[in-house]
Amino acid sequence: MEELGRLAVLGAGHVGPVIARLAIAAGYPVAIATSGDPEDIALITELVIPGAHPRWASDAVADADIVVLAIPLHRFLDMDPALLAGKLVVDAMNYWPASDGVLAPFEDRGSSEVVAGRLSGSAVVKALNHIGYHELEDRARPAGAPDRRAAGVAGDDPVAVATVEGLVDRIGYDPVRLESLRAGRVLQPGSPVFGVVLALPEFEHAVRDDARSLL
Amino acid sequence: MTYTFGLDTFGDRNSDAVGKPLSHAETIRNVAEEGVFAEQAGVDFFGIGEHHTEYFPMPAGDVVLAAIAARTGRIRLGSAVTVLSSDDPVRVFQRYSTLNAISGGRAEVILGRGSSIESFPLFGYDLADYEELFEEKATLFAELLKGGPVTWEGKTRAPLLNQDVVPHTESGPFPAWIGVGGNPQSVIRAARLGFSLALAIIGGPPARFAAYSQLFRRALEKFGRPPLPVLVHSPGHVAATDEQAKAEFWPRWREIIALVAPERGFALPTEESFDTETGPHGALYVGSPETVAQKIATNLRALEATRFDLKYGLPGLTHDQLMTNIELYGRQVVPRVRELLS
Repeated sequence: MEELGRLAVLGAGHVGPVIARLAIAAGYPVAIATSGDPEDIALITELVIPGAHPRWASDAVADADIVVLAIPLHRFLDMDPALLAGKLVVDAMNYWPASDGVLAPFEDRGSSEVVAGRLSGSAVVKALNHIGYHELEDRARPAGAPDRRAAGVAGDDPVAVATVEGLVDRIGYDPVRLESLRAGRVLQPGSPVFGVVLALPEFEHAVRDDARSLL
Repeated sequence: MTYTFGLDTFGDRNSDAVGKPLSHAETIRNVAEEGVFAEQAGVDFFGIGEHHTEYFPMPAGDVVLAAIAARTGRIRLGSAVTVLSSDDPVRVFQRYSTLNAISGGRAEVILGRGSSIESFPLFGYDLADYEELFEEKATLFAELLKGGPVTWEGKTRAPLLNQDVVPHTESGPFPAWIGVGGNPQSVIRAARLGFSLALAIIGGPPARFAAYSQLFRRALEKFGRPPLPVLVHSPGHVAATDEQAKAEFWPRWREIIALVAPERGFALPTEESFDTETGPHGALYVGSPETVAQKIATNLRALEATRFDLKYGLPGLTHDQLMTNIELYGRQVVPRVRELLS
């Protein structure tokens, strides 16, 4: 059996545990971390994310092949970019002013472009941000299932994008590659695929029809 | 095991029989009537959720609860929820301890964010500060509930130094819950501060919340606290038949979700998704008394919860439809659930 890379999921709120559970079910070794002591999330891990390892963020990241960022965006702004240097980073976060407040650094560009700008030493891929955390698990299906749905993957580093396509596929979605991180703006809140779980043909159609994917 | 059953409203603006919206004032008077009728129908708890919108004109639910308290003698009355982050914990305590006094000890609060974010700009709070505001204010509220002079200092309100906060409660703290929508760290917080746990389940299979219930119990043990109850809050509508309940609820549900979807990120419901949510594994309790009772019993068992609050009503339903819902819930659903669970 193929050896899967190690995942570090940063964030134990709404989204992080869901992605961690899906990755564990897909066979990935998964560590989960917050900004604090792993002891603080030991119970959460045991009961809500069985199979994951609670660790300090720096240790989890150091050993990881893929780091998933699932923290509130304003907390990301406080994070030291050096922590993620040299890593493949999946940006599962969203900039959503109506729900979370206005953050000036994110007003002018795609949120993942801002994230990548701050993480200049990392390969940033936007994925797993546009399906609601309460649906991500229920809608996951194995490859070939008739009711399988699609999920977008956007990045500027083709090798990193391919790795994340593999992750998305294994956890239960047909990956749809977008041309660039900038094109990934089509996955943001307010777009036709955000919060809507679509099958591959409808997803591709919605993305193609949205002008942002051509930028 | 003792189970209790509640009804919650957001003051959903009523329409008349031909679909014309009633005024905010008429809607509020109707909510008071509904609360009084809930007691007559045998319901244990009546909750009012804080909202500040044209279609949920209900920013001061505690005033309405006081009106209901004056006309009832048994039903418990509380918020569902109080948006604590954009309020002052001292004022929230004072309002609900006053309600507790008027009602002879029937007040409760559920603290949370609910689906209400309008209060942040209205009162000058930044949504980006949500987490810090809630953590600090919930901590202070837990202190206030204990009674006695409070000393507290934080970033989100003026400090208190050995402050006596009145009115004192007659017989200790009134019940206080924290509403949680799916963040396990919020479950831990409720246990750490000694609040009971209110699980707000408004979409997807309720059974997935069983882990949260276990997490809450284990966390209470870890923090050395006695066991505390878990309640489930979900939307629904009861009518004589499944078909009638769905026919009344669906167009209103589609309308309200379409209205709030842009800011809340909800997907627009389709008839297919509505059928899933109203089916045995969905989060909506829409149907005949038997259908709704079976679903409540199943999920209370699965989630090891002892209270169920049905969020009844939607903007655009009529007061008569809501009264029928309340009557069927109190007189048929609740006794049937008790029977199924006994």
